[in-house]
Amino acid sequence: MSKLKVPRKSISTDMTAMCDVAFLLLTFFILTTQFKPDEPVVVDTPSSVSEIKLPESNLVMIHIRKDGAIFFGIDQGVRIATLEKMGKQNNLTFTEKEKSEFYLTSSVGVPMNMLKGLLALPTSQRAKAAQLGVPCDSTKNELKDWLYHARIAYQEQGVIPKIAVKADKLADYSIAKEVIATLQAPPNKINKFNLVTGMENKPTKLD
Amino acid sequence: MAEVVTGKKGAPRVDMTPMVDLGFLLITFFMLTTTFSKPQAMEVNMPDKEEKKDPKEEQMAVKESNAVTIILGRGNYVFWYQGLDNPELNVTDYSEKGIRAALLQKKKEIGKDMFVLIKPMDKSKYKNMVDILDEMAICTIPSYAIVDITKEDITLTEAKGYY
Repeated sequence: MSKLKVPRKSISTDMTAMCDVAFLLLTFFILTTQFKPDEPVVVDTPSSVSEIKLPESNLVMIHIRKDGAIFFGIDQGVRIATLEKMGKQNNLTFTEKEKSEFYLTSSVGVPMNMLKGLLALPTSQRAKAAQLGVPCDSTKNELKDWLYHARIAYQEQGVIPKIAVKADKLADYSIAKEVIATLQAPPNKINKFNLVTGMENKPTKLD
Repeated sequence: MAEVVTGKKGAPRVDMTPMVDLGFLLITFFMLTTTFSKPQAMEVNMPDKEEKKDPKEEQMAVKESNAVTIILGRGNYVFWYQGLDNPELNVTDYSEKGIRAALLQKKKEIGKDMFVLIKPMDKSKYKNMVDILDEMAICTIPSYAIVDITKEDITLTEAKGYY
């Protein structure tokens, strides 16, 4: 059989259009991306079929770590006001530097008397510092105060914050119970709140 | 003046391939790092602890046999019973064939007046509570409440040897 050999020619495509698309998409993703804020608390949430989305702002977030330590997080806009109110109650005055440090801290997980020490640490070490959690038991309940002052700070700005509890799935229920009891107790009296969960598919078939 | 004549005119062709490669590499990076979904949340309404002006009235609202109590124990055990006096305790788990089947069956039997009391033990995990609240949503049970565990309930589970 005779073979006809066609000399191979490399096909050069015009890449300009493709390049345009690529960079258009790139621009889109760069502009829309929001990096996950580094959370000092690692929480593995349980999943649920609920489809309610949490708002990104006007949120009071209570984290419960696996070992039961409680962390309290609020929006940047109310952090300084809340800190000042907390300071007033605990007879602590915070310097401007401490306030600006607190402004950048996404959530606190130390008792009030250790907060100054935590804020004095350089940022790189703060993430590694062992945070024991905000005390929330019958002898000393600082979570209640944080909540109360944060809500007042939000109200001064004319918003009513949503309360969300983000707890690790392996956290003991007794801790969650204490947190819920704190939410419900005066002066907060919050009976409606959100539990942050992961996504789970809803079963379609029910007998 | 001498001029270099190349013989060709027009735009020079640049090989765009590496640029496209780089573009798509960056796209992939941003696509993967972007957080697509906001966190989900479930809404919880707790009964008001403070304003129990007329506790009798609240108790009257629920017929005893319509009440189903679910106890969340340790080690992913779930206990449930119907009624309030001398109940027969059932032990099950969080699976589809476990508590969900039981709930759906009870829902069929009792109808819309069914009321579920959820009593998590201190030894249960947070996940258990979320799971059971989720079951309430899946089985569309209209009225339920999370209440504190009582001594009687603990004795019941102890009698079964699960506490």
